[in-house]
Amino acid sequence: MSYYFTILSPTDVPLFNIAFGTSKSGGDGIARFRFPDTAQYMNQFIIHSSLDIVEEAQWMNGNMYLKHIDTYPPASAYISAFLTPSGARFLLLHQPPQLASNSGQGAGGSGSMGGSMSGSLLLGSAGGSSRASASSIANNPTSPQTEEAVRQFMTEVYENYVKTVMSPFYRQGMEIKSPVFRGRVTAAGRKWL
Amino acid sequence: MAQPARHAAMLSISNSGPNLPVAAAAADRQQPAQHIHTQSQSSQGLRVPSNRKTIYDRHLNRSRNAELSRASFAFLFAEMVTYAQRRVTGIQDLERRLNEQGYPLGLRLLDLLFYRTMSSSTSSALSSSSSTSSSPPNRPLRILPLLHLIHGPLWRLLFNRPADALEHSVSPETPNEYMITDNDPLVNTYISVPKEMSMLNCAAFVAGIIEGVCDGCGFEAKVTAHNQPTEMWPGRTIFLLRFGESVMEREKVLERAGVK
Repeated sequence: MSYYFTILSPTDVPLFNIAFGTSKSGGDGIARFRFPDTAQYMNQFIIHSSLDIVEEAQWMNGNMYLKHIDTYPPASAYISAFLTPSGARFLLLHQPPQLASNSGQGAGGSGSMGGSMSGSLLLGSAGGSSRASASSIANNPTSPQTEEAVRQFMTEVYENYVKTVMSPFYRQGMEIKSPVFRGRVTAAGRKWL
Repeated sequence: MAQPARHAAMLSISNSGPNLPVAAAAADRQQPAQHIHTQSQSSQGLRVPSNRKTIYDRHLNRSRNAELSRASFAFLFAEMVTYAQRRVTGIQDLERRLNEQGYPLGLRLLDLLFYRTMSSSTSSALSSSSSTSSSPPNRPLRILPLLHLIHGPLWRLLFNRPADALEHSVSPETPNEYMITDNDPLVNTYISVPKEMSMLNCAAFVAGIIEGVCDGCGFEAKVTAHNQPTEMWPGRTIFLLRFGESVMEREKVLERAGVK
């Protein structure tokens, strides 16, 4: 599973983003998206296009964690959202690893529902995570376990976000540049996802 | 771990670092985000306090039950008023400045307040003083829950007691006006306003905090503080909340949709 996480201010300014891969089931924590390396803007494109849905959902549901809100089937990208009370949006795009036979096809993955099969056939680009079983969070983006793991991840990031916001040198809408914050988010990703 | 490696890889792209192909590829993938990374590179000379503890190592609930000395707060607030008073054109201008000082505080308190309620509800077994709610708190979607949030939890966080009253404007022309009353605002305890400035209410600072909270929750509002002394409470202050047009429209839509 590959992840792309981004924090957006209430006025849609990107404050922070990071890409990482799963560390569960032997994953090495390196993101391997289905897009070629030259098309990584697709992640941003997909994640930002889910903002409309977030803005609809945010007034219907008072929870901070809005769960899985959007799917982009051509790339089998799943997007989960978390809203801070002060209006910042945490968006996480997760993409299950691709089947070996499809690897290298890139962005137009033609709706393959990769990752739902047992792992023994998977080779190559999916790397360590290919050995994951079908029930692990890496292969099942909509399962309750995944929702729970993402919720834990979001909550941990939220804690660090509050610490950032409480800093007297931080104003709302400023980019978060702290390497410590980045390290904390990476650690949270390693711990939960 | 990944972070230092990526920085190293990015630095070595120009001189084609020989032994980091994986990390370099990862850095390539990061291209859309590079403007952020390059900027964070310049902060590699990050200064860490001598005890190696950054703000991220401190627990947010550490000061939860700690109380600030009233004397030091009074001194600090007096200085803030003096500071705001420099080069102002009038009372309104002074109140506006106090309001602006409070506004960012409101935005922050909102996040802190939710964080603390959230962490107390998940670990309610550990701390006896916490509330008994089992689910994390909800973001306010309608005006009334927002006002209750300000009236109760926010006031308790700031002043250790709830506010004294919460009212809705009775006039049909101004359905967007709400009032929160504080009989004896802490911020005004040690402030004596000169006669010629009798309109001034330094609780404009608290009004700014409220405004920050409302804005943060997505309820555009203007909040002002007004003196309204009674015999019993000479320092009684009314915070007047005027919600914007967009908020009232959304309120109607949500009411029809049955959102609480």
